[in-house]
Amino acid sequence: MSAQTTTQARQVPPTSVRGAAMRGVVARPGQEAIEAKGWLRAHKWLLLRRLSQLGILALFLVGPWFGWWVVKGNLASSLTLGVLPLTDPFVLAQQLAAGHWPYREALLGGGIVLAFYLLLGGRLFCAWVCPVNLVTDAAAWLRRRLGLKGGKVPSGSTRYWLLGFVLVIAAVTGSLAWEWVNPVSMVHRGLIFGFGLAWGIVGAVFLYDLLIAPRGWCGHLCPQGAFYGLIGRSALLRVSAARRSACNDCMDCFAVCPEPQVIRPALKGAGQDHPLILDGDCTTCGRCIDVCGKDVFRISTRFDRSES
Amino acid sequence: MALAAGLYSKQASALPATALRPPGALAEGDFLAACVRCGLCVRDCPYDTLKLAELGDGVASGTPYFEARKIPCEMCEDIPCVVACPTGALDRALTDIGDARMGLAVLIDQENCLNFLGLRCDVCYRVCPVIDKAITLERIHNPRSDRHAMLLPTVHSDYCTGCGKCEKSCVLPGESAIKVLPIRLAQGSKAEHYRRGWEEKEAAGQSLIGDQVELPVRGLEDKAYGDTRVRPGEGPQPGDAVPARPAGSGLDSGWKP
Repeated sequence: MSAQTTTQARQVPPTSVRGAAMRGVVARPGQEAIEAKGWLRAHKWLLLRRLSQLGILALFLVGPWFGWWVVKGNLASSLTLGVLPLTDPFVLAQQLAAGHWPYREALLGGGIVLAFYLLLGGRLFCAWVCPVNLVTDAAAWLRRRLGLKGGKVPSGSTRYWLLGFVLVIAAVTGSLAWEWVNPVSMVHRGLIFGFGLAWGIVGAVFLYDLLIAPRGWCGHLCPQGAFYGLIGRSALLRVSAARRSACNDCMDCFAVCPEPQVIRPALKGAGQDHPLILDGDCTTCGRCIDVCGKDVFRISTRFDRSES
Repeated sequence: MALAAGLYSKQASALPATALRPPGALAEGDFLAACVRCGLCVRDCPYDTLKLAELGDGVASGTPYFEARKIPCEMCEDIPCVVACPTGALDRALTDIGDARMGLAVLIDQENCLNFLGLRCDVCYRVCPVIDKAITLERIHNPRSDRHAMLLPTVHSDYCTGCGKCEKSCVLPGESAIKVLPIRLAQGSKAEHYRRGWEEKEAAGQSLIGDQVELPVRGLEDKAYGDTRVRPGEGPQPGDAVPARPAGSGLDSGWKP
């Protein structure tokens, strides 16, 4: 390490996001955890998450593929077993902005989904349901493996501006304008009803995350993620850095976290005294729990401020 | 990005002429505010008529439509697609499928339509679910043979639901001679400034300009006013001198269908 980088590293705390970036991208985070806990436990939450993502997708697909109609429709709006309506509150918000008052089913379905994420954690959707997460996770993984660094990352608040734009555009055009291009709904709909040129949009998101902006789509641009982040502000389910005293600053959690800025306040007590990650941007993906060799993190509730 | 999406949506909100919305669909502008692209209407369509537009289809991506020449609407009595729609993009006020107006059939190619050639194809008329109301066969004289009739399929907008069965079953090998078009394209606007004397007369119970003066017509003195039918033996006979006409007169160009 040259003398200059050493001075820089002293000024920027090594446990900040920038500090982590300056130490270089960790190519294979979680090695220590695999050695300490075994491969399976070091991938527990990742595997559960993939199971959830693919399982939900499978529920939608067994109908058109095998004729077993468990769930009809797609994430925008669906009907489960002919009785349970579920509607995406984000699409519902656009619809209301565009000036259309939907039927009771859509409102009820939207209410159920809204209540679920309000209670448990808004961005659970991003980590556990959204099919684009598979695409951006793949891009992030490849980016680490190839050792690609830098890039032009837009500000994390861009997504909130974009969310505002989406609603304004809906109101101005009187249509669900964002849904013409929304990669999230398009990927899910494409898998179930047919893609057309939508592969291009998936490819664009992948390449954007891989080559231009690390975690660019989900972490900085996606207005749907921003929407769910907002409704999850006071959600129950939270990640806690309960054993933060055991942290050995290996930085693996920062390397895998899709929203690394949320970790520092909890892990290093920057601006708060409790070990809870309360930032609405946290997707509760649990990957930090997996890759930590010291078992610092655990899933808990927002009322559990204990440390152990 | 959002601005681009807005512009794109503006540009793409023009529906291609062959893309028809499901029964009960709101007017296109309102439809694009109401439809969440969930595909529940597609799932409940028993005939696989409806499909969701894919990016690049020219229809707002994810919205349901059908193409009559591929699979037309079978006009289910219980209208399951409308029942399935959770948002009201398909309006549940539509309870009688006969009131649906998905488009309007137009016999667009009179040069290739077999009935217009004097043949008895009649297929579009026979398959019409609203036969004798939405499509009638109008009998007119066939000027080519001069001794046969032509039965011309004629669409009536009061009854046509735009289901597309006629377009689907047209026997022409490629494109259909009769096509269901969006009503906006199929119909001219009404000439409101033109007063239809016969309607005014009926509404008023009498002619608004008083009774017509009926002048005798030479040669037709013994017939009712307006009756110009010619009986055998009357009128010009074969062998009579044909009055000379300037060549190329536009009154009768000699065209025969």
